[in-house]
Amino acid sequence: MAKKKSDSKIIKVDTLARVEGEGALYIKVQGNSVQDVRLKIFEPPRFFEAFLRGRDFKEVPDITARICGICPVAYQMSSVHAMEDALGVKVDGPLRDLRRLLYCGEWIESHVLHIFMLHAPDFLGYEDAIQMAKDHREVVERGLKLKKVGNDLMTLIGGREIHPINVRVGGFYKVFKKQQLKDITEQFKWARDAALEAVRWTATLSFPEFERDYEFVALRHPSEYPFNEGRLVSSAGLDIDIREFDQHFEEEHVEHSNALHSVLKERGAYFVGPMARFNLNFDQLSPIAREAAEQAGLSRECRNPFKSIIIRSVEVLYACDEALRILENYEMPDRPFVEIEPKTGTGYGCTEAPRGILYHRYSIDDSGKILDAQIVPPTSQNQKTIENDLKEFVPKYLDLPDAELTWQCEQAIRNYDPCISCATHFLKLEVDRE
Amino acid sequence: MPELYNPKLAVWKFASCDGCQLSLLDCEDELLAVAGEIEIAHFPEATRKVVEGPYDLSLVEGSITTPVDAKRIQEIRRVSKTLITIGACATAGGIQALRNFRDVKDFVSIVYANPAYIDTLNQSTPIADHVTVDFELRGCPINKMQLLEVISAFLADRKPNTPAHSTCIECKRRGTVCVMVAGGTPCLGPVTHAGCGAICPSYQRGCYGCFGPMETPNTASMSKEWKKLGASSGEIERVFRTFNAWAEPFRNESEIHGEEKK
Repeated sequence: MAKKKSDSKIIKVDTLARVEGEGALYIKVQGNSVQDVRLKIFEPPRFFEAFLRGRDFKEVPDITARICGICPVAYQMSSVHAMEDALGVKVDGPLRDLRRLLYCGEWIESHVLHIFMLHAPDFLGYEDAIQMAKDHREVVERGLKLKKVGNDLMTLIGGREIHPINVRVGGFYKVFKKQQLKDITEQFKWARDAALEAVRWTATLSFPEFERDYEFVALRHPSEYPFNEGRLVSSAGLDIDIREFDQHFEEEHVEHSNALHSVLKERGAYFVGPMARFNLNFDQLSPIAREAAEQAGLSRECRNPFKSIIIRSVEVLYACDEALRILENYEMPDRPFVEIEPKTGTGYGCTEAPRGILYHRYSIDDSGKILDAQIVPPTSQNQKTIENDLKEFVPKYLDLPDAELTWQCEQAIRNYDPCISCATHFLKLEVDRE
Repeated sequence: MPELYNPKLAVWKFASCDGCQLSLLDCEDELLAVAGEIEIAHFPEATRKVVEGPYDLSLVEGSITTPVDAKRIQEIRRVSKTLITIGACATAGGIQALRNFRDVKDFVSIVYANPAYIDTLNQSTPIADHVTVDFELRGCPINKMQLLEVISAFLADRKPNTPAHSTCIECKRRGTVCVMVAGGTPCLGPVTHAGCGAICPSYQRGCYGCFGPMETPNTASMSKEWKKLGASSGEIERVFRTFNAWAEPFRNESEIHGEEKK
């Protein structure tokens, strides 16, 4: 919706769709310049960090999973790694591989949902995937089938796809005989081909010319594309242990948002998620994923956020390839978990959620009771970057009719696959031309 | 022949994690078929298209936690012929109802630097506390096969088949050996509403109550058994105080053990 008076206007979308959670966007334009951009998050606060106080350390994977139904595994992984850090426990070998495998399932399920159901309709001019399916049935059906493979993996390893029940501090409740993984392994052979096809298909879409100098932030591991571990690095030279997060990043509380904005103390806004991971870890992709990316026209550094749809597909391909590698090399662990005794301490966890780094910090007492909790989700870290994108993007498209401009702004926001349920946890777009 | 009328479906969100409405998009094999039988008229997570109400079926996810949402649910009820709540937040207040046991002001200041910007109610309450609800589907998250059953039942104008017995029955059906009797693992299955398919015991852990209280649960006897297995009052208080903490039988039981702890 837009109101036009003289050379200024307000464009306004009350409910920005195809994002997870509730929010709005307000843009005020004067002549050819954008006066104000506000990504308003009105998703009601749920106070997880407050009610985690007094809970038992063993409860964190079950409780924090409930922050987000789309990426519960990310919350489970960051929380169990933080607790294990506090308790001085290292989970490795086949249990570590199983965690990586479960995370592959979530990346696939979450990315494929976004690629085919939430983002692709924008590129082809459909309001949703159901309408897109009327003309592109095969593409949508293949997408749904690929998403299902991700969910099937989560259901097998995690017990169910939303809020899995099998993750615990120290490992899992149950582990599997190699034979039990045979059917899913066969499904993944199909999935890897389908993911390769998804990379090729997304590369044929047309992309607005739009690039900015972002500071990309992601985990970096010496020998793997990052999931659960690594140092925090950036394209501007940041290279820190995750324990130093609070020394370099801070959260600001602004009036128009129920989500806290996260910034780098030294340099302000930064960019997390698939494009940041890809740019900072290209060399760690498996050969098939790297080749597919190059054939799709992605060089080492991509700075066009609209192309994130291709990068998500590359990551889906990587996750399928990595899942197959883990499945084929799997040997059943001797025990499902490492025994843990509580003790006083503070622990840090940072893992790569589908939408970017997810940081957790907990302090616990000698009985394992949580004294303090801090959780920084990916979408709150990208909020400022999304607003900055729109400040540069909107002036280039002011000649467009308002309805089209509004849709373009929505698409620019969806580049980030924002999960507002996480950040406070939907969007409403308002462009104000005055 | 006149064109067939497809009932209009709306999906609404309040305070929640999005997981229950995601269940609909997770019906990968059935989604396109469902979309052929109903008109998706309002479902922001899936489409930017908005068809004006009234709606034949409204699915409501999430709990009421803000003054604005308390008004919004009234408007939604007015434009909905049938209103069904999906998930523990909408039917019991969700995990955010943990604030109901404390002073919410303390919570705001723990999370936010400028508490004055936050507009929130003291309590997180289920939808049925505010408007008439036609059917409640349990679970944190809901079971997607049960969601399809509820939508199919609505289309066929019949009552949904979602048994209110305990999770124990589901364990017996799938042939899972009792983790509590045989393994000595505390389990909430005997007092928990069926629906998930008894997943946890089949993964060698006790049920932790995602589907909330079953019909007439004997929570006192449950707690006694947990104590025999060595659970403390604090543990019992906590296990009843998770995703369905504000559901009356679980709330009362947790309060008894909270008092005992002191």
